[in-house]
Amino acid sequence: MLTIDRLTKTYPGGDKALSDVSFTVPKGQVVGLIGPSGAGKSTLIRCVNRLVQPTSGRVLLNDLDITALSKADLRRARRRIGMIFQEYALVERLTVMENVLSGRLGYVSFWRSFLRRYPGEDVRNAFRLLNRVGLTDHADKRADALSGGQRQRVGIARALAQEPELLLVDEPTASLDPKTSRQIMRLIVEICAESGLPAIINIHDVVLAQQFTQRIIGLQAGRVVFDGAPETLDEAALTRIYGAEDWKAMRKGAQDDADADRDQAERMAGLV
Amino acid sequence: MSARDLAGDAGAFPSTWRRPPQLVKNATLRWALIVGAVVYLVIAIGTVEVNWARIAEGMERGGRFVGGFLQPDFTSRWRDIAQGLTESLTMTLTATVVGVILSVPIGVGAARNVAPKAVYYLCRAIIAASRALQEIIVAILLVAMFGFGPFAGFLTLAFATIGFMAKLLAEDIEDIDEAQAEAVRATGASWPQLINYAIQPQVAPRLIGLSVYRLDINFRESAVIGIVGAGGIGATLNTAIDRYEYDSAGAVLLIIIVIVMAAEYVSGFVRKWVQ
Repeated sequence: MLTIDRLTKTYPGGDKALSDVSFTVPKGQVVGLIGPSGAGKSTLIRCVNRLVQPTSGRVLLNDLDITALSKADLRRARRRIGMIFQEYALVERLTVMENVLSGRLGYVSFWRSFLRRYPGEDVRNAFRLLNRVGLTDHADKRADALSGGQRQRVGIARALAQEPELLLVDEPTASLDPKTSRQIMRLIVEICAESGLPAIINIHDVVLAQQFTQRIIGLQAGRVVFDGAPETLDEAALTRIYGAEDWKAMRKGAQDDADADRDQAERMAGLV
Repeated sequence: MSARDLAGDAGAFPSTWRRPPQLVKNATLRWALIVGAVVYLVIAIGTVEVNWARIAEGMERGGRFVGGFLQPDFTSRWRDIAQGLTESLTMTLTATVVGVILSVPIGVGAARNVAPKAVYYLCRAIIAASRALQEIIVAILLVAMFGFGPFAGFLTLAFATIGFMAKLLAEDIEDIDEAQAEAVRATGASWPQLINYAIQPQVAPRLIGLSVYRLDINFRESAVIGIVGAGGIGATLNTAIDRYEYDSAGAVLLIIIVIVMAAEYVSGFVRKWVQ
């Protein structure tokens, strides 16, 4: 369980990215974090594993106060938090396998990681995860030889290799086409359901968020302005988060997208 | 209705456009600067004294030099040349290896994004010291300290390599894709693991390419510092010129040119291969 308590972040320039954000994510819940650019979504999830240092407030992961940890303890805590990134953030010149195994860095000694001699259990688990995300044949390829969707799958496998208790996902679909986006979202949600993993997913695509998450939190200028089930996210709530806009048109556009997807799938099925 | 009509009445917009001045906005100041620069250049050229008689003499010597070049003599001083060449190649290779090995920790320490402030300033100071002193000056000092010969040359080139490699490595590390480093940090990696997994893969190809390039530079420098007593092929060349043996000097220069061209070709190949 993740508890965020009165979290505030003020950047040195005086920009208030987050003010007084509080919410709790129970075990197994997948939360979609939506909001306009600059609302503080990215800052919020980076405050959870302290890639960004919060100004005040607390972050508790199963009773462990992450905000109070020393540097060495923070390293140990980060092992328990998997993170998936917008532009995949794979180390491009390393192989797929090295990228997945890098999820174990917090658990092994420097020499083991330097010589790439990971414990047998870690290697077996890495192969299992690559199989789970459908990339078994690509283990020895360099990460920069993969397509966007495949890279994001490696990113997911790396996060899972940490055996995390929480998943932080930062715009997982921002650089992907609509179809791959849905596949990646489906994969993340399935994996969370399989192991009861709570997740916070930053996502700017409202329709995708509603389709795949169990709860939506809307941020506006660093404040929580909506927190509820995806079905309850109505026009009034969207206007509160993003400002006035013709929301019906957006939904219609998304429906067209989904219809086109289905048509495509049917056509492909017809070919076989 | 055409798109042109939609844009509005065409007569309402000007038909000329000039690029606004980018550097100096004030027209008077701009012209003053241009005229001032031209006047200074004319006066400066006027003050250069030219001794035509000396130039004529020099042309004659140059002619003899070209003559020696066209008939290079590899044989009569071959033992001196071979010894100088061996010395030069030895000090080039050893100095490059030692210099690169030392420059890696200094380069990492001089990268603002991975090193603490105190280490950063210390490493930047080492780089600045190494770069401030030109090879010839360092060679003169080291020859005075350790005597004539290739050992002084080796130390000079190793010292110069540190400044060159560490500075470029540090800049390369500062230019890495931070997202990759952030992702590795987020797994709970320690600092050495971060360097090994996120930084090294991103900078290694350029580091190897630069090392090969530096090998090539060090060979050329070894020819120069030999003239001030640091041994190697430069010393052989200097002796040949002092003895007016322009045919042997020509042979030495040809050998240097061939080796530098070979190094150039190899370094280009290596850089493409490690990408």
